[in-house]
Amino acid sequence: MTALLDIAGLSVNFPVAGGLFDTLIPGRKRYIDILDGISLSLKSGETLGLVGESGSGKTTLARSILGLSPISAGTITFNGAELRSRQSFTNMRRSSAMMFQDPVASLSPRMSVGALLTEPFIIHGVVMQNRKVKAEELLSRVGLSKDMANRYPHELSGGQARRVGVARALALHPKLIIADEPTTGLDVSVQGEILNLMTELKTLMGLSYMIITHNLAMVRHVSDRIAVMYLGRLIEVGPTREVFKKPLHPYAKSLIASEPQPDPRKRRADLAIKGEIPSVLNRPRGCEFHTRCSIAQDRCRSEAPQLRAIGIDRIVRCHFA
Amino acid sequence: MSAALLRVENLSIGYDAGIGQIQALRAANLEAHGGEVIGIVGESGCGKSTLVAALINLLAPNAHVNSGAIYYKGTDILTMDRESQRHLRGPDIAMVFQDPMTTFNPVITLGDQLVDFQHHIDGVSNAEKRKRAGELLARAGIPDPELCLRRYPHELSGGMRQRASIAAALLMTPNVLVADEPTTALDVTMEAQIIHLLRELRTDYQGAIIVVTHHLGVVAELCDRVYVMYAGQVVEQGLVDDIYHAPKHPYTRALIACDPAHFEEHTPILPTIAGRVPNLLYPPKGCSFADRCDMATSRCREITPPWVRISETQYALCHEARP
Repeated sequence: MTALLDIAGLSVNFPVAGGLFDTLIPGRKRYIDILDGISLSLKSGETLGLVGESGSGKTTLARSILGLSPISAGTITFNGAELRSRQSFTNMRRSSAMMFQDPVASLSPRMSVGALLTEPFIIHGVVMQNRKVKAEELLSRVGLSKDMANRYPHELSGGQARRVGVARALALHPKLIIADEPTTGLDVSVQGEILNLMTELKTLMGLSYMIITHNLAMVRHVSDRIAVMYLGRLIEVGPTREVFKKPLHPYAKSLIASEPQPDPRKRRADLAIKGEIPSVLNRPRGCEFHTRCSIAQDRCRSEAPQLRAIGIDRIVRCHFA
Repeated sequence: MSAALLRVENLSIGYDAGIGQIQALRAANLEAHGGEVIGIVGESGCGKSTLVAALINLLAPNAHVNSGAIYYKGTDILTMDRESQRHLRGPDIAMVFQDPMTTFNPVITLGDQLVDFQHHIDGVSNAEKRKRAGELLARAGIPDPELCLRRYPHELSGGMRQRASIAAALLMTPNVLVADEPTTALDVTMEAQIIHLLRELRTDYQGAIIVVTHHLGVVAELCDRVYVMYAGQVVEQGLVDDIYHAPKHPYTRALIACDPAHFEEHTPILPTIAGRVPNLLYPPKGCSFADRCDMATSRCREITPPWVRISETQYALCHEARP
């Protein structure tokens, strides 16, 4: 299988708003690295889970893949073509789609569901026979009734709005769907319905997914591979089953251990991880995780670990993995 | 067991909706004792928020108490006048809200707000009040409380804000602490820390803690007793271990089965609960869960299920439940 999406050494940085001196003196302008040297590939038909705490750069990565955030360094190759120009990103967006975090906010409150579903065709200048028929077809594909087409977003429940989000993402038969927290705010039973729908459509339409989430219990069941991010860097990538069975990076380990277990007999006495994710403005020296790591040594405080390959399909950024 | 600190009896609340009344809460019963952590679980629309709003007397203007009472230390708080109700909030019943950003005023520093919260305490100087606020922030696990007191809410991360709002609630030394989805807006790592904090607090805190959530993992980690709600009713109550290991109501069983955290192995098709929550404008005549239940018989659709006693601590609202 060839890679559908290939990201190599991707970095994104934003200028920091500084004081008067910083603006007047050229070269004084400071930048913060939101993403640093991300290399990741997604095979056709694969589901990749991207996990990490808030502020780890997951959403920025998704935005830069779609050309919504300017890239500072590195390359993104989609379907064999490198993405550079605005036009190449526009073409790329024609065959990929994003499911946004807040489904109600991502739908225009002034448009009916039917109009929202056929809007992608108009944006990309794709001819459709009959707008109404097309909308109904998309609705039935995601398990909603035809009369939903006349409703407005505020009349939908959380689960229905998610389904509309899925239908809209599917409209142009994309190859890749990037789903940003596809199930936050949903009840567990509805969450299962949406994930089952996504899995079903994946086999039916030959989709690839990149699922961005901090819900580990969910990503464990839907993704084939998992990439863990910390402060804008990848710290572990590997097949989901293996990462959950034996996480190599201490951060991945404590992230998995932090997930509350739905069993009162398995209550944990102590905390797997303390403190908060540091600010990207003030990155720790050496290994960036050493401030919260339980096995940190002197070496971790001075020397930054590099990504290393372990076995054939796992990589990890830790001195002691 | 000692007399309950808080007792909700047969409480029914409806919302006027023009075309009728939405029966958001139907004959709910609940008891909370000092030193206990109670969990209320259920999905959206099950009435948990209405119950909580009633507990702290913050019901919406279109809400109607159709029947029932909430006894706090033996007095029905629903029949009190507004002024006495207001005096209860804070020193007696305090609340931690879901969204820590909207808990605080964005244009006043945390220190000034935490001092203001103590306005009802007489004969204590502002400096002492500030010192006490600092102590509680430290108790809630904020590393540099002095610095935190000088900060504005937007300068803190979500986890820190939630810690600060727990500290603000504890400032009143309430007898009942109600936490509505206290970890929903947070990352897993922060969630684990807030659970840890709440668990630590119960050891040196004499009051009752009521945690409302849809996250079964949070309840399992934190609570002593659980109330499971569905379509405005409490459908099962019991000790946390019984609820998770010997659930008697089909809804409790289905809800637990749905949680993806339950499966260690890769499960591509996750279990769901087929069907929808009934429309509470016209609540069903029989059992509200009958339409989605695989054990349902014609009796379930016609006759209101009884509140079956399973053991001294466990009860279920189901025709089929047996001890």
